[in-house]
Amino acid sequence: MEDGTVLDVRNFSVNFGILPAVRDVSFTLRPGETLALVGESGSGKSVTSLGILKLTPPVPFCRIEGQALLRTRKGAVVDLVQASAEEMRGLRGREAAMIFQEPMTSLNPVHPVGAQVGEALRFHQGLSKRAALAQAAELLDLVGIPDARRRLGAFPHELSGGMRQRVMIALALACEPVLLIADEPTTALDVTIQAQILELLQRLQQKTRMAVLFITHNLGVVAEIADRVMVMYAGRVVEQAPVRRLFHAPLMPYTRGLLRSVPRPDFSGAEQPPLEAIPGSVPDPLAPPPGCSFSPRCGHFSPGLCDSVAPPLTHAEPGHLVRCARWADVAGAA
Amino acid sequence: MSGYVVRRLGQSLVLLLMVSMIGFAILHLAPGGPLSQFAAGGDMTQEDLDRIAKELGLDRPLPVQYVEWLWRMLQGDWGRSYRDQQPVLQIIGSHIGATLELMLTSTLVAMMIGAWVGILGAIRRYSIFDSLATIGAMVALSIPTFWFGLVVIYVFSVGLEWLPAGNRYTIGDESLLDRLHHLIGPCMVLALVSTAVWSRYMRSSMLDVINQDYIRTARSKGLPERRILLNHAVRNALLPMITITGLHLPALLSGALVTETVFTWPGMGRLFLDSISYRDYPVVMGILVFTSVMVLAGSLIADLLYSVADPRMGAPG
Repeated sequence: MEDGTVLDVRNFSVNFGILPAVRDVSFTLRPGETLALVGESGSGKSVTSLGILKLTPPVPFCRIEGQALLRTRKGAVVDLVQASAEEMRGLRGREAAMIFQEPMTSLNPVHPVGAQVGEALRFHQGLSKRAALAQAAELLDLVGIPDARRRLGAFPHELSGGMRQRVMIALALACEPVLLIADEPTTALDVTIQAQILELLQRLQQKTRMAVLFITHNLGVVAEIADRVMVMYAGRVVEQAPVRRLFHAPLMPYTRGLLRSVPRPDFSGAEQPPLEAIPGSVPDPLAPPPGCSFSPRCGHFSPGLCDSVAPPLTHAEPGHLVRCARWADVAGAA
Repeated sequence: MSGYVVRRLGQSLVLLLMVSMIGFAILHLAPGGPLSQFAAGGDMTQEDLDRIAKELGLDRPLPVQYVEWLWRMLQGDWGRSYRDQQPVLQIIGSHIGATLELMLTSTLVAMMIGAWVGILGAIRRYSIFDSLATIGAMVALSIPTFWFGLVVIYVFSVGLEWLPAGNRYTIGDESLLDRLHHLIGPCMVLALVSTAVWSRYMRSSMLDVINQDYIRTARSKGLPERRILLNHAVRNALLPMITITGLHLPALLSGALVTETVFTWPGMGRLFLDSISYRDYPVVMGILVFTSVMVLAGSLIADLLYSVADPRMGAPG
């Protein structure tokens, strides 16, 4: 594992029985860096994030393969894929934490939020109940909950969605993890609240230098917070690039389609090109098309090439990976 | 909160009135009657019977009898037994202890065993244990209580001679140990159905809870599995059980009636059955009202407990 990386994921795959949900994903994350993982529903981005911490639903036949090397605070390197349940228990919350999409259902309805935030501290740092609560009050204050000390005894249903997501963030960051996985943390929130939460996450990241893996389908959010972007389609990474490069010179036709399907945050009204939808829908994971999995929907489809061999992930530029047999032509056509 | 309680109490009173009316009507519609006891003896003339009927007030129209019973009842006079002239309330009072003892212990046993069987079944879903528990619950629910009672007596009392075949204690020996010894058989029989009910509801409630997002959150914190299950999952899964227990109360009472009869347990169930066969109207009506109050109070208490246990409920209004 390269020096200066927090997370090194190599050839990571998740299968549910015969159903391949995530195939051969590789990426690295450095301290203080934010990698956005983008894709449609069913592209495998959530399963990737859950799979790294082995929080995928406990169904039989769920198989995780490859490597996910995590460098802990003390410098030890652990392969999360091989780690035992007991080792994972020690790493979750302490070294790697997670925020989820639904702040409404992600907090336990019958426990006060203070106890839920302080719980990880009690188990990882051996704090007493009282000390954990005092720490929880500081954390709630840190994530911008007004009158934090008084809110310790509040139940989740007494808080708004934005406040609950702040509680979730406080809960995840309680032990100052080196890695934060945020699975669509703003999707369920109002736009104004979204901006506040993103700002909060960025502020905390600057403070703690944690690495963030940010899962989203919102390209506006990506432009806002990401250093690098990874696009997933049908369980595979199809393009990976620094954020500016991905927005300005996307190579994979799928990425280009994605960018054309939403208003561009970097264009003003007059320059805004008309929106276009990507025709067709995501392939059936049990009966994928031959060759490139995006080929049936692709405007650059070339018979005999795209439907015969699945293209490998190739370096188009240093730091810019693309999975397309025709990326050079696509780049030229633009 | 208090408004809700007052409203519920009002509804309960209306229900009680209807139950007593229907009970009264059915009782008097049944063939026979208190006088058939005397008539069966054969040494009473028709004049004697008429005189007794007049004394007991049985010669008047039914609605008049009901209103008079109700009026006295509201003043605290539950009447006297036809059999031994004892006040009804006193008779109920001397039998209620045995019934409560039996119901409470069997409910406790059912909760303990049923909850754990349900929790383990949910955690190890589709395991051998889960399959056996599922089959076991189906069998337990299908077995008639009176038959299971007879089997217990036949096996443990007649065959193995481990347990007494009936009664609450040995005459002359009222030690706690002796009482517990007598309690095992009927408690086992009465708890059987409740245990099956509890284990099934607990299993499905638990399955519902362990797939919730907040359990995943608890896992993402790196908590020990035991704490995730007990502190996060079971705590939530127990909430619906409060309601289930309240709803199960009538079934428990009717189960107690059969169990007490099989084990000659000196409780309300047996008293009820005996009183019916003697056409002892005041006692039957007294027990009917008393158990109705118990059931209605039980469901009200269950509702109130639920709002205490679930912070989301606040004050039901």
